[in-house]
Amino acid sequence: MEKLSFTLKAPTAAGGTRRQAIVGVVASGNLEVLVERTLPVDACTIDIATAAHGFGAVWEAVVADFVARRAAGGLRISVNDGGARPDTVALRLAQSVRLIEEPEA
Amino acid sequence: MSNSAATSSWYEASARQRVAALVDRGSFVEFIGPEQREISPHLALFGLPEQFDDGMIIGRAALGGKIVLIAAQEGRFMGGAFGEVHGAKLTGLLRAARQIGHDVVILFDTGGVRLQEANAGELAIAEIMRALVDLRLAGHRVIGLVGGRAGCYGGGGLIAGCCSRLIVSEPGRISVSGPEVIETNRGVEEFDSRDRALVWRTMGGKHRYLIGGADVFVDDDTGAFRQATLTALDRETHLGLAGLQAEQQRLERRLQRFGAAKDAIDIWATLGIADAARLPDLPTETFLRQVADKRESADDAR
Repeated sequence: MEKLSFTLKAPTAAGGTRRQAIVGVVASGNLEVLVERTLPVDACTIDIATAAHGFGAVWEAVVADFVARRAAGGLRISVNDGGARPDTVALRLAQSVRLIEEPEA
Repeated sequence: MSNSAATSSWYEASARQRVAALVDRGSFVEFIGPEQREISPHLALFGLPEQFDDGMIIGRAALGGKIVLIAAQEGRFMGGAFGEVHGAKLTGLLRAARQIGHDVVILFDTGGVRLQEANAGELAIAEIMRALVDLRLAGHRVIGLVGGRAGCYGGGGLIAGCCSRLIVSEPGRISVSGPEVIETNRGVEEFDSRDRALVWRTMGGKHRYLIGGADVFVDDDTGAFRQATLTALDRETHLGLAGLQAEQQRLERRLQRFGAAKDAIDIWATLGIADAARLPDLPTETFLRQVADKRESADDAR
């Protein structure tokens, strides 16, 4: 397993009031994303455990794009990756911030 | 992530989507959720990725206003297989149900025991069966739902056999040894695991329903599973010696009656079903009508 960790400045605070949300499953070509609202509203951390080694630069580009485009401020994001492609990663990250915005049940 | 989902596939849904669609809207409260990161202590040794819930989602929910405890396996993570944490979560849920007095609903989706933590997984199967039977002896229901992509195999098949009621859909499969295991051990002449029609007519939902290995047959639909679970939760339940003896006798009769059959179709013909070879093609309603007074039933034991 390769572990990667990113701490980023987030221009937009996450919406909604849910404490946490989870999307995806850990399977071949898939990943799970756990988001927890535990940080200052302008910060975002992303911790990744991935089965595919040597793709740090790709992860860095994907998470930088994610934080710039989505409302990710205040979120501690944890990823378990089963070797997903970058487009799948981007989709799951987007789904996770969408889900934490949803009204509480 | 809608949980109204009146006509959505059970087979295609994730474990979390199934739970949300099954229970009264918004009523699910998870125990030991992913934020607690109670992950497998073994997978990292093999360089395998972990999942924060270890593929087992447990909690409390309301079904038709009645509080139940609920467990769901994620069949896409490690084939839904039982490991140490995965199993312990279900054992704990069943023991808690007995202590506080609730029925349990188990959403099976499993290939059996996880090979990377096999000893812990096998122990977990035994502990789960003990806890399940204790809960049933205390007068509570344990309802099993089978309709996921991994089916219900290995130790999962054993646990399913202990349930008070089993609800199955056509894509659901229930067995102990899976198709590849049989082929590996006994040869392709014994069982061709790539013959999907053979796999389904031997282990699939329709066949299990026909020989009393499952009690309720439903469409591959989250709403159908919910409706069948609500009905099962209203049903009288009793586990006792007389019921077990009756079930043992039924199984002995079943072996005598069908033991020489070479194929599931022979069994269906022996049951007196006309045009047995066409059963796999029939839609649910037609199928249920055609077999209604012919199928074997395990109701005596359940």
